[in-house]
Amino acid sequence: MRRDVFQAIADPTRRAIIALIALQAMTPNALAEHFHTSRQAVSKHIKILTECELVKQEQQGREIYYQLEIKKMKEIDKWLEQFRKIWEKRFNQLDQVLSTMKKQKK
Amino acid sequence: MNTNLLFDFTVDKETKTVYVNREFDAALPLVWDAFTKKEILDQWWAPKPWKSKTKIMDFKVGGRRFYAMVSPEGQEHWSIQDFTSISPTTNFKFIDAFADKDEVINTEFPGSEWDLNFIEQADTTTVKIVIKHKSLASLEQIIQMGFEGGFTMTLNELEILLKNLKNKKNEQ
Repeated sequence: MRRDVFQAIADPTRRAIIALIALQAMTPNALAEHFHTSRQAVSKHIKILTECELVKQEQQGREIYYQLEIKKMKEIDKWLEQFRKIWEKRFNQLDQVLSTMKKQKK
Repeated sequence: MNTNLLFDFTVDKETKTVYVNREFDAALPLVWDAFTKKEILDQWWAPKPWKSKTKIMDFKVGGRRFYAMVSPEGQEHWSIQDFTSISPTTNFKFIDAFADKDEVINTEFPGSEWDLNFIEQADTTTVKIVIKHKSLASLEQIIQMGFEGGFTMTLNELEILLKNLKNKKNEQ
């Protein structure tokens, strides 16, 4: 199954996880404390986030810490920017069409 | 041409909704026609060098627009817009979906709901578009179809990469 960043942010729990670890790296236990769901459920979300490369694990001593991949998050914005460009271009073309139509009417 | 025309593009990632607001230097009836008549639509809907080719335009509630985005190589990407509501010159709504050349809807990518509002000002007309996507994947599909927007992006990235490589070389 193909995983992408959009799948990652489609779920409210995963968005909450992203928001939490964006502030500071967290251990699985610390992270689970913020949610009413089971630790397993949180782990499952973490797994998806890791597969989407939005979260990376870091071993510090005996503990595992989850960290946000800021670079990957920026990809989302970059991707949306492409969509904005399509609209911008489309509308610049419409400006031309409208201007021609106006002249023809006169 | 008036270069101070409003252009807003915002995306609410949580609700998967895209908002596009744009002001045009033309009267309302003209802008309405540009969005609802196939001869005019085909002149601007596809970002160049792509072309828009509308095969069917039945602009009425329950009617549909069946059109293709044609790539410079001649590859056709078909889409369907089913009109669900029309209030002449102020609003129309449609549900869009990807399709094949035989007008069969592609269910792999969920479609989106479009709501277009036309507002007349003194000399200009503002169009407010709200696009609700069922999944962001369908948005991604639009870009992956290979619009030049994406291609330009890649070229820009290449340019930056080349520049960085050059700078590094100079430092050595």
